[in-house]
Amino acid sequence: MPSARTKPGATRARLIFGDLWEFDPAPETADPKLRPRYDLFIGGRFVRPRSGRHFDSINPANERKLAEIALAGPADVDAAYRAATGAFRSWSALPGRERGKYLFRIARLLQDRAREFAVAETLDGGKPIKESRDFDVPMAAAHFFYHAGWADKLEYVAPGRSVAPLGVVGQVIPWNFPLLMLAWKLAPALAMGNCVVLKPAETTSITALKLAEILQDAGLPPGVVNFVTGAGETGAAVMGHPAAAKVAFTGSTEVGKAIMRQLAGTDRRMTMELGGKAANIVFDDAPIDQAVEGIVNGIYFNQGHVCCAGSRLLVHEPVAEQVVSKLKNRIRVLRVGDPLDKNTDLGAINSRAQLATIRRLVAAGVREGATLFQPPCQLPEKGFYFPPTLFTHVTQSHRIAQEEIFGPVLSVLTFRTVDEAIEKANNTPYGLSAGVWTEKGSRILRMSAELKAGVVWANTFNKFDPSSPFGGYKESGFGREGGRHGLLDYARIS
Amino acid sequence: MLPRHSPSARARLLDEVGAVDQVGVEERVAKFTTRSIKKAAKLWGLRTAISMTDLTTLEGKDTPGKIESLCRKALRPHDDPKVPPVAAVCVYPAMVSRAKAIVGGSAVKVASVATAFPSGQTHLRTRLAEVRGAVADGADEIDMVINRGAFLSGEYSRVQDEIASVVEACGSSALKVILEVSELETYDNIRMASFLAMGVLRPGDFIKTSTGKTTLNATLANNQVMIEAIRDFYMDTQIAIGMKPAGGIKTAKHALQFLIAVKETLGDAWLTKKRYRFGASSLLNDLLRQAEKERTGAYQAPYYFSDSAESY
Repeated sequence: MPSARTKPGATRARLIFGDLWEFDPAPETADPKLRPRYDLFIGGRFVRPRSGRHFDSINPANERKLAEIALAGPADVDAAYRAATGAFRSWSALPGRERGKYLFRIARLLQDRAREFAVAETLDGGKPIKESRDFDVPMAAAHFFYHAGWADKLEYVAPGRSVAPLGVVGQVIPWNFPLLMLAWKLAPALAMGNCVVLKPAETTSITALKLAEILQDAGLPPGVVNFVTGAGETGAAVMGHPAAAKVAFTGSTEVGKAIMRQLAGTDRRMTMELGGKAANIVFDDAPIDQAVEGIVNGIYFNQGHVCCAGSRLLVHEPVAEQVVSKLKNRIRVLRVGDPLDKNTDLGAINSRAQLATIRRLVAAGVREGATLFQPPCQLPEKGFYFPPTLFTHVTQSHRIAQEEIFGPVLSVLTFRTVDEAIEKANNTPYGLSAGVWTEKGSRILRMSAELKAGVVWANTFNKFDPSSPFGGYKESGFGREGGRHGLLDYARIS
Repeated sequence: MLPRHSPSARARLLDEVGAVDQVGVEERVAKFTTRSIKKAAKLWGLRTAISMTDLTTLEGKDTPGKIESLCRKALRPHDDPKVPPVAAVCVYPAMVSRAKAIVGGSAVKVASVATAFPSGQTHLRTRLAEVRGAVADGADEIDMVINRGAFLSGEYSRVQDEIASVVEACGSSALKVILEVSELETYDNIRMASFLAMGVLRPGDFIKTSTGKTTLNATLANNQVMIEAIRDFYMDTQIAIGMKPAGGIKTAKHALQFLIAVKETLGDAWLTKKRYRFGASSLLNDLLRQAEKERTGAYQAPYYFSDSAESY
């Protein structure tokens, strides 16, 4: 029976997000079909590294060893470039429609083994299974499909001009989206007729090597794609090899600058996709609940290991309190834990080193006077985990507002006017992405013109499509990946 | 609250309650559908959903016999004693006394639609008289429809005043206010109408999606818009309003997704029949079927449940 209406009292209303209805574990059980040891993939075969050395790839969720990965030295990289150079003449001479067939085949084989690849990706990198299952693997297949479609239409990609492949391309990719970044790099290069030497990140090599199995099954001619595994030194050898016509790098700005210094004065073409510190800007007329969802998606997707993550929330002062309060309630229901559990929202941090970086920057935030909020959550004892974190009372001069944390840490700043929002958003050496939340269409158009970022999302965040070019301004890099623009970055245009 | 026929009434109401982005809210609810509920959690969810069901029959061909059958099923949905009775039976006013005679004195409430359900297109005095009649016959709960015509023509204060009159006519019976979301069409409208209703409701009253008599009824997205409105209203006023999605929820899996939305939006305090209901008829048998499957590890033959053309 309803009781009489009461006047609001002095105590504030609270929501209870407790354990009344606890979910049982729901682990994904598909077999990732891992080998105990992976060698290098050169000339269409798995070959032992010259050094004879392997290193361990561990599961960041429980610190257990998953497999041994070959350590490639300069001689192995050299062998990979020789294989690629040898394959280039016949590969580039194939009609586009024939190259397209291989790409279609790779895409379909990847779809066939989607669940297996999703589990492997989650085990190796720590990301929640629902993300590798619903985002990484299907999106990787979509990139192969998209570029397969371009392969026989290259004469139309640059109207009035003709395009030709560059030759052998050296590529180095990061650990945050191992399979997807590989697809971003491989698919356009192959569609255009280039051959590839690619190095995956040392902590996440497994899905690349599993994809090598697919390349074999697809009958891709030997040497067209070669995978060399290892750490920074191997990467430097891939980037600096004289046989490379172009290098493409995705990773930190620091390493990107080192590569550019290394290659200064050569005629090497480059695509650099580097760091970011994106502003996610919420105006007072925004649909607040959906903005909150976009903020969460922007910074806690993939544990914040996203170069275009919306790590700086700029919120209009009139709604700042409301947005932060709703955000805190939303974060309280994020589920942190076993990445293989289908209900996990935040999985494991990719590596011990990355966890240390996040902890160091969060400690700096507290020391510099920002206010920390973390919801109560039980983290597993083994493995690398960090709770979703929110900093309020942040100012532009704080390190947490300037440096890329690459973790689930959001810095909240406020603004008063549109001009101030633009100024603060652009007040960073980076320029990869930005988000704008407002019901006012004209404001979206103005913001998208004035924000110095490669991608500006309006009333959404972290949306990707193979047909949409992605890349940065300023110290976030140059060149584009995806779409026609990305394809042309792998072509000689005449 | 608002002047009648004010040209700026809509703008001011929307500004006060805030807009809803369609793409965003639909993305949010898609995440509920990827939750994987297993074992004990599933059984708890199924039993809770059973206890929240307003077992409904609203047909021209309803007879005393059918009402009795419905009421007996409501009291004892299954021979497993761990299965709770449902929350209420929901019937037309003419059937209230018959239903009350059977479930009266039990935990099962009698809910009656009233106010010229489903269209509401008659005089206010007639609608109020219908409410008083149902209450006098013993209805514990009244499910009213809002005046969509008034809402869509911008007469917001009239919509709200009418709800206030029905609250008064209800006396001590609880009220559920049906917004008829498919006729309001936009999420902005659903949010505005939710606030109009809650502004004059008492703690323990409900807002409800639909009559079940139109093409589109309860969806996860319009449920989400309404429970977010309930949450925002509660945070502002500490007045806890209940929610009842109705129509279109036919499977146990779908019902669990609604409960997940409640758990993650309103929290544990709303995971009770006092604050959350399902308006449904065929849903109950699927909840029972799935609960038995969870309990025994195997699907049982359909003839172990009281299946019939109308599901009870």
